[in-house]
Amino acid sequence: MPRNSEFESDDRNGKTQRAPRTATRRRRVSRLSAEKIDYVDYKDMKLLQSFIAENGKIMPRRLTGVTAWQQRKLSEAIKRARSLALLPYTKY
Amino acid sequence: MRTYEVMFISAPTTAEDELNKLTTQLDLVITDRGGKITKVDNWGRRKLAYRIRKYEEGIYTLLYIEGTGREIAEVERRLRVTDFVIRHLTVRTDEDLKRAEKMKAKRKTSLATRGTEGDFDLDEVMEEEEEMLD
Repeated sequence: MPRNSEFESDDRNGKTQRAPRTATRRRRVSRLSAEKIDYVDYKDMKLLQSFIAENGKIMPRRLTGVTAWQQRKLSEAIKRARSLALLPYTKY
Repeated sequence: MRTYEVMFISAPTTAEDELNKLTTQLDLVITDRGGKITKVDNWGRRKLAYRIRKYEEGIYTLLYIEGTGREIAEVERRLRVTDFVIRHLTVRTDEDLKRAEKMKAKRKTSLATRGTEGDFDLDEVMEEEEEMLD
């Protein structure tokens, strides 16, 4: 077990108790801007698929890292695809 | 001149000619009212992501329409009335496409003038992320 680094302290029963570390704000790159996609097409299942979670739900912005405007366009397209049964509402 | 995309799903049991009759009817309706169908895209039979009206599959048809927008009301009415059409969706696309063009143009000019992308430079950000990780 390496020596505890400075911000960890041993409490009574020897368990290292870490100081609560704030989640480092890793600046996520917006995939849509990176790939220069300006128009989110509701028919493009492959693209939309990468923005829905395992259970079929729309992934939140903090995970997708897209801008607010892009997230709105994304969810609008996903909902259209769902209404046309191109994407499921839920996958269990 | 507005552009629309009308997508509809027909029941898997519909006969080929019935579907063709509908598309020609729609074409007629649209041209009568000054619009025109720029492209018809038959996706054909596909498995539905969930059951619609007891069907597991459907025949997808997509119409790209250019027009004034008045003919769309009639197209929608027809689709609603036709009983083998189990789902339809009309989308107006010219605004979004125009904005996409504008953003592309803006990116080109900003690339030319400032040498970097509009909002950020990808490799620059990648290096930043590497520093953060180690």
